[in-house]
Amino acid sequence: MDNELVPDINDCNRPYWESLAHGSLTFQTCARCGHNWLPPSRCCPGCLSTSWSWSKAAGRGKIISWVVYHVAYHPAFKDRLPYNVALIELQEGPRLISNVLGDCALLSGNAEVDLVIETQGDVHVPRFVLAGNGG
Amino acid sequence: MTVKSDSLRGKYVIAGIGHTAFGKLGQDTVSLNVAACASALADAGVEKEAVDALFVKTPTSKREILYGQKVAEGLGIQPRWGGAWDQGGAANISLISFAIMAIETGQCDIALVSYADNPRSGSRDVYARPRGNDSLFGWFSTAAGYGMIHRAHMLEYGTPPEAFAAVALAARKHGALNPHAQLRKEISMADYLASPLLIDPLRRDDCCLLSDGGAAVVIMSRQAARARGIDHAVPILGMGSGQTSWELPARPTLTSTQAVQSGRLAFDMAGITPADVDVAQLYDCFTITPLMTLEDYGFCEKGKVAQFVCDGQIEIGGRLPVNTSGGLLSETGMPGLQLILEGVRQIRGTATLQVPGADVCVVSNQGGTMHTHATLVLGD
Repeated sequence: MDNELVPDINDCNRPYWESLAHGSLTFQTCARCGHNWLPPSRCCPGCLSTSWSWSKAAGRGKIISWVVYHVAYHPAFKDRLPYNVALIELQEGPRLISNVLGDCALLSGNAEVDLVIETQGDVHVPRFVLAGNGG
Repeated sequence: MTVKSDSLRGKYVIAGIGHTAFGKLGQDTVSLNVAACASALADAGVEKEAVDALFVKTPTSKREILYGQKVAEGLGIQPRWGGAWDQGGAANISLISFAIMAIETGQCDIALVSYADNPRSGSRDVYARPRGNDSLFGWFSTAAGYGMIHRAHMLEYGTPPEAFAAVALAARKHGALNPHAQLRKEISMADYLASPLLIDPLRRDDCCLLSDGGAAVVIMSRQAARARGIDHAVPILGMGSGQTSWELPARPTLTSTQAVQSGRLAFDMAGITPADVDVAQLYDCFTITPLMTLEDYGFCEKGKVAQFVCDGQIEIGGRLPVNTSGGLLSETGMPGLQLILEGVRQIRGTATLQVPGADVCVVSNQGGTMHTHATLVLGD
């Protein structure tokens, strides 16, 4: 029944999800202090400035850490076990939670990864593949 | 005028402790809180009418509005100060600290600090919850965040599974000897290594218990305890707290915690260093937590905790016995107050696994995914 997970989209994060639908992963850049950040927020978490713009990520990042689920906490993930959830740092600085596609046994700390945007139901989600593995 | 914290060293005491049974109890949390408070008041020999402050941590599994007042109603008392506080598992020590600050400023004289929850017979959904929009990636549960930190420590410092095992083995060994413990089954290194991976790198034996139960302490000045003839009151030598607001993805480092800040405040107030500590009760929701707490409190160099905990050094009889009643991994999954109770018993000299001549005990509480931390130093 509730196998489809959908993001909670609001005025603040709508551009982020719309950009993904158009093929780009974006983050916010502060006009005052230059800080780059995710997840979307109304003001810069560094200096509280409300003057910022959306920047497009190049799509390269590295693995900070990851876990591999052997139990599903939601029916949507039962058929994917075991699956990983990874903490990725984009080369521009922001970090995000995502998945690294492929064999979980190949993951390693600081491994370089490349962005792939996949559709999940009606949602476009940013995932990653190990660099050099044909993203 | 500011009060220097070290002028409060030993000025306040834990005058009484109490707890319910631990396990699957099928009781509501207000009743469990009331039972724990009644037990603590009896231990202190204090009549409930003398209590003028009641601080409770909100039950993790179910939020309720004006929860502190519900517990006060259950106790039939009209406290001047109190309420329910949410700081995750760091709340219990924080509440003791608030009680001390309130008494010091003349707002009240005798405070109860209490906690109870029933996730074992009630709902445990909170621990499996989706983490916002990141649930799209399958990012669910409290455990997964600790798994991410556990792995980060392995990657950064080469921490082997045997270090995590040392925490589990000590807790299970101590819990097996505690008649009140929910899980009384010692395990071996081979058992630990064969324990199933739930969220790799977390094995089942890295994860704390889910438990119903309640615990409470009575806080007052040492002078008030003397006037009442309470001879087993345990002085609070130091207290501290630290918090980060960053959720895991935005946190600049995963391998250091607020224990650094919290520990420094508490150790400085107590005028001690790690070398002065005889026994420690360290929050062990997952095995990574006491490992990082030991490093961040300065018991060993950052990244070197594997050498500190190996060969039974944190077991009873070792260099620094940790979680001598079994902790969250073996005594009860209650978030933290049971550790304070065991600290009090160690300083009183009445613990089941008593550390001979224990003069100084450090207790840590920790909440969220290492968002919050609080430290208590107890001593004679």
